[in-house]
Amino acid sequence: MPPARRPLRRAGRDLFGGLPSAGPPGFAPRLIDFAEELRTEGLALGTSELLDAFHALDEVAWTSQEDFRAALAATLAKSQGDQRLFELVFERFFFRAPERQAVERGLSEQRYGGEERLDAEELRGRIRDAIRRGSDGEMRDSARLAIAAFGRQGEGSGVIGVDVQRIRRNLGLKGSAELDPAQLPDPDTVPREHLRAFERHLRRELERGLIERTRSLPPAKPLATLDRALPGNPVENLAAVHRAVAQLRRRLATQGSEQRGRRRGAAVDIRRTMRASLETGGVPLHLKHRPKKPRRPELYVLCDVSTSVTSASVFFLSVLHALHGSFRKLRSFVFVERISEVTEIFDHAKSFEDVSRAIASDAGVADVSGYTDYGRVWLEFLSQVADDLDPRSTVIVLGDARTNGRDPHAEVFARVAERAARLFWMNPEPKLYWNYGDSVMRAYEPHCDGVFECWSTQQLEGFARALTDVRTR
Amino acid sequence: MPSGLQSVEDTRAALAEVGYLADESAALVSFLAARLGKPVLVEGPAGVGKTELAKALGRATGRTLVRLQCYEGLDEAKALYEWNYRKQLLRIQADAGDGGWERMQEDIFGEEFLLSRPLLRAITDPDPVVLLIDEIDKTDQEFEAMLLELLSDFQVSIPELGVVEARSRPLVLLTSNNSRELTEALKRRCLYLWLDYPSAERELEIVRLHEPGLSETMSRRLVEIVHMVRSLDLKKPPSIAESIDWARALLLLGADDIDEDVFRQTLSIVVKHRTDLDLAAERIGVKLSDGLVAGRAPSG
Repeated sequence: MPPARRPLRRAGRDLFGGLPSAGPPGFAPRLIDFAEELRTEGLALGTSELLDAFHALDEVAWTSQEDFRAALAATLAKSQGDQRLFELVFERFFFRAPERQAVERGLSEQRYGGEERLDAEELRGRIRDAIRRGSDGEMRDSARLAIAAFGRQGEGSGVIGVDVQRIRRNLGLKGSAELDPAQLPDPDTVPREHLRAFERHLRRELERGLIERTRSLPPAKPLATLDRALPGNPVENLAAVHRAVAQLRRRLATQGSEQRGRRRGAAVDIRRTMRASLETGGVPLHLKHRPKKPRRPELYVLCDVSTSVTSASVFFLSVLHALHGSFRKLRSFVFVERISEVTEIFDHAKSFEDVSRAIASDAGVADVSGYTDYGRVWLEFLSQVADDLDPRSTVIVLGDARTNGRDPHAEVFARVAERAARLFWMNPEPKLYWNYGDSVMRAYEPHCDGVFECWSTQQLEGFARALTDVRTR
Repeated sequence: MPSGLQSVEDTRAALAEVGYLADESAALVSFLAARLGKPVLVEGPAGVGKTELAKALGRATGRTLVRLQCYEGLDEAKALYEWNYRKQLLRIQADAGDGGWERMQEDIFGEEFLLSRPLLRAITDPDPVVLLIDEIDKTDQEFEAMLLELLSDFQVSIPELGVVEARSRPLVLLTSNNSRELTEALKRRCLYLWLDYPSAERELEIVRLHEPGLSETMSRRLVEIVHMVRSLDLKKPPSIAESIDWARALLLLGADDIDEDVFRQTLSIVVKHRTDLDLAAERIGVKLSDGLVAGRAPSG
């Protein structure tokens, strides 16, 4: 038998990364750590804001968590999006900080030992009532009870999300929008808000248990893009999209202007040359050139609005909306099975809600099946619009390239690409999923000047940046 | 500090006394604003009580409210100060002949000929005031830039007069409906408060406070329906003021239950757009007729 090559893993430590170093003691460094963490999550935080935060904390009682949190939020996070981000980071940071202290000092809590026997039904009833009443402390206690009873005596699977779901299943509770406990239709329903709070408690208690067992903090993960997005309200993100598009516009508008300084225009400006020749007695000694005008980009944007990109198409439409605010020469199209020009809708309707409503009601792009047919879209685009394409036009396609098994007509797409000066493709799916299933990104990719994954404003900014790179390539 | 706001609890109580039920963060931020002397930027959807907060603060602290309503094209002359040309002209004519140009020049650019507009009035008032700059997002960025000096140093530079410093520190609230992104420079100088539609419980308290005559079950039902209407995708969701109006109307009508008929008749109080009306009548009217809305005991 060969000797064991791997030493046994020491308990927990390597798995979870042990304890990160604590830094200098005291409160101020903690707050600065916190600000640092906010900055890494993308909050623009100046020193003046931090100073404000310290001033504000002088005024409120630190014993009330709510006041403490709100005082920091009011001074550090200055938009709705920022406030949400702040909340997430606050939750994470001030959960980890005391847990670390507990591990360092070797504290552990006395947990429910089971002296008092409860049968499962009774326990379930107690927990349900606690959730219905919705008091924070009571819910925390019942979360612990639930973990002890249904979470395999605190061992669990090690993956917190799985454990939470299993416990919830065991409890068999349903969420309801109803607020008044007396009006709940059947005994297993609880107010949805409260149920969510209860899940948060479960998650937190499970995490606490895990930290205690492994005596180490799980590594701090950066917030996922999905978490930081505001729940369900694309309109709030409109400002961010507009910012990214403004940047895009600057990039596109200044392209080519670098030539202006180096090389004078080729065409002689007769009028100005004659005018200058008056100084030299009518002899045109100094030739005046016509200045080279910067290229005005002409944009053609095609946007997929089918169901496979439902979540993304709201984002895409807001991109389109922002583009319309910034570019004069812009024609936009939406497509599912066939293509439809929506330039006018955007020109008339100003607010984003109006636009999306108008497009939903009368764009007439879904024909029979409601499935995207890229091949047909290219054919239609080529026959209806492509004549207008010239070497100044830039075509941007927003779509997932999922043709539902139909002919992608890559050769038609190639002809569109030939006509246009540049063609970019933005795909709302992660690169990993491209070319799987009915995605035919591979067929289109060689004809594009650039393909990007794009489902967040950050990536949109990335696209704006990449635009300049593509040209220099 | 001149205001009687000693703690967060105090602030909340003072606001409640004048008829404004502030939530935790609204009370805290108002308190911080009074203590730190920093302006507050209040954002949130229309009709959640942003302007009302400023008015309530004025009443609670016993200060006068100076209000500047912003709109597109608002400029210094309307917001800050303006020279009273007519009076200056009169002065020149009355003085014609005697006195040198020098003396005259000093004379006509004195405070006597200055017309104070809301912003200047707010800082030159000997008693501290509450300054409300409403819907700041309606103005252009240049106007924001002009505000910066006022908001951070509480002073105004007038070329002919020099720097006018504040005689008292106003409590400043800026409201915005988020129709455009405000500049970083402005945000940096402000505390931030996001006001959202209140939870059902708090809105119930608000309705009770303003319309104590309406019965408990009616108010509860009203708030539930208003929340349902808000959850629809409307052009303009009903504001808190509108739910209070509705409560008042129901009280006047003497309705003792909100059934489908009453709902349809009074719907226009809370919903103000033609398309919204149709949508709300359709979605919620049906629920009401089926007795699906809880709060009404299924009567068999």
